[in-house]
Amino acid sequence: MTGRAFPEDRPKEPGPVIEASRLRKIFGDLVAVDDISFAVKPGECFGILGPNGAGKTTTIRMIYGYSPMTGGMLQVFGLDIRRHPRTIKARIGVCQQENTLDPDLTAQQNLEVFARYFDISEAQAQRRANELLRFMALEHRKDAKSAELSGGMIRRLVLARALVNQPELLILDEPTTGLDPQARHQVWERLEDLRARGLSILLTTHYMDEASRLCDRLMIMDQGRILVEGAPAELIRQNVGLDIIEVASPDEALRQFIRERDLPSEDLGHRLIIYLEDRNDLYHEIRARYCGEGCTLRMATMEDVFLKLTGRELRE
Amino acid sequence: MTGGRSWDITGRFIRVWQRNFRAYSESWKIGFIPPILEPLFYLLAFGVGLAALVGNIHYRGTDISYMVFIAPALLAINIMNNAFYENTYSSYVRMYYYKTFDAMMATPLSLEEIITGEIIWGATKSLIATAIMQAVISLFGLIHYPEGLLILPLAFVGGLAFGALGMFFTGIVKSIDLFNLPIFLLVTPMFLFGGTFFPLETLPHWAQQVAFALPLTHLVNLTRAFSTGILDGSVATGLVYLAVFSLIFFPLALRKMRRRLIR
Ligand SMILES: Nc1ncnc2c1ncn2[C@@H]1O[C@H](COP(=O)(O)OP(=O)(O)OP(=O)(O)O)[C@@H](O)[C@H]1O
Ligand SMILES: [Mg+2]
Repeated sequence: MTGRAFPEDRPKEPGPVIEASRLRKIFGDLVAVDDISFAVKPGECFGILGPNGAGKTTTIRMIYGYSPMTGGMLQVFGLDIRRHPRTIKARIGVCQQENTLDPDLTAQQNLEVFARYFDISEAQAQRRANELLRFMALEHRKDAKSAELSGGMIRRLVLARALVNQPELLILDEPTTGLDPQARHQVWERLEDLRARGLSILLTTHYMDEASRLCDRLMIMDQGRILVEGAPAELIRQNVGLDIIEVASPDEALRQFIRERDLPSEDLGHRLIIYLEDRNDLYHEIRARYCGEGCTLRMATMEDVFLKLTGRELRE
Repeated sequence: MTGGRSWDITGRFIRVWQRNFRAYSESWKIGFIPPILEPLFYLLAFGVGLAALVGNIHYRGTDISYMVFIAPALLAINIMNNAFYENTYSSYVRMYYYKTFDAMMATPLSLEEIITGEIIWGATKSLIATAIMQAVISLFGLIHYPEGLLILPLAFVGGLAFGALGMFFTGIVKSIDLFNLPIFLLVTPMFLFGGTFFPLETLPHWAQQVAFALPLTHLVNLTRAFSTGILDGSVATGLVYLAVFSLIFFPLALRKMRRRLIR
């Protein structure tokens, strides 16, 4: 790379939108976030996965300046969150985990009043509210109070509200929890639309399909720590391989076979999961010899990675 | 975290006030009913029923009718109740059930601005309710003008004091039912013994001293001075009291709310 013909045309390599290093949060004697480091690049959709209580909400609350951090370094847009909380918050849009819509106000008023919190002028607030109601397909319900809206509409309105300040970074805490499939797909389409326009997105989710579909990169957290981080396809390939065989009611002979070949697997008693990595040839052998009750060959998913890394016990 | 940290307050708190004003204007007609009806009920019960038994009251060297005596007390109680209930029950509902403050904290608003906006809104409600009630009472010719006009700015100042007190309790109660406690132990005794329906002088000395330590006593003193036009040195005492009271409870409310909400 010798050519410096048009240096001003070359975009300056932008720094990360979020940069956390050794970030920590302690509640009493509970370490909710334990020395985590990660970075989110501009224009990327970054996901945080993890079982209940993993520390996802706590992490993002520190990022949008809601919870003070206990230790470490945290920069958003290259600014220290402790020193510039207002400047940072003015440039972020947030959908919190719980519904925080204003039940005293209509859908439209919710957007207008919220815009005023950002010191956006009244005329502009009105214009943006109308635009966003249209974008989220809520125009026909603009005069409804939030209690009169369906779960899907509430989520769309919360998303609209998070966009009212034209943020550069959108933070979403479980954006589709509790929605029916239609409503989830609608939210996903909107988010894909926003990402295509260059918005950076940070989201938490319990849905692996959501993470695989939306996220460029993601990390899996457990007990306040990061277990893995990377692109969804990479994570699947590295941790569980491409394909998986699930055997129902496996017999002792199969277990013996697995031990002999030293195959990566997980024994759940009534089910056996064999991670094939790159060895598809094994399927035919296993199927021919050990499949009594039936076995399935399927593509590995994020869910397999998640369960392999975080275990199968219930949390909390 | 420490008390030494300076408060983060800019004029942006007005956005919180505007939020509450907007929600209030949605249902203002309901909000207007109590301050219209309340004085009518009290004046009927006490003025017609009790006044005949009581006769005139000796107040600052002159005799005034019992109706003239209690009219300013009704205004003072109205000031207290509007701000106190707004910044206890209503603020608590917004904070805990509606999660309005959580939503606000994801915007450039600081926690201090949210609480300041709430308290100033509480004082505004006192002002609105007082204006309505005062208009009704004035129809009976029970308020002396122009001094009576001073009751309006006083309603705002008194509203700040009682709003800050209410917000302090909002910062410490474990659940909404526990507001019963300060109401039973503080608001109700003030309502009955704060020089409202009978002169303080009829109480034993120790009780007078207790009453003198409480804010409603001073607020009644002030509304009565303004509504009768009989002003004396106690006006200055009362105003200083309310100012000091606000200056103590406002930062205390901020500190308790910060401790409650910043996690
Ligand atoms: N304000 C708080 N005070 C004390 N402990 C807290 C507080 N907030 C969170 N915690 C604890 O911190 C841990 C992490 O909680 P967090 O809400 O970040 O988890 P999460 O990954 O978002 O879980 P979920 O998937 O259930 O939303 C949990 O053990 C939780 O109980
Ligand atoms: Mg959470």
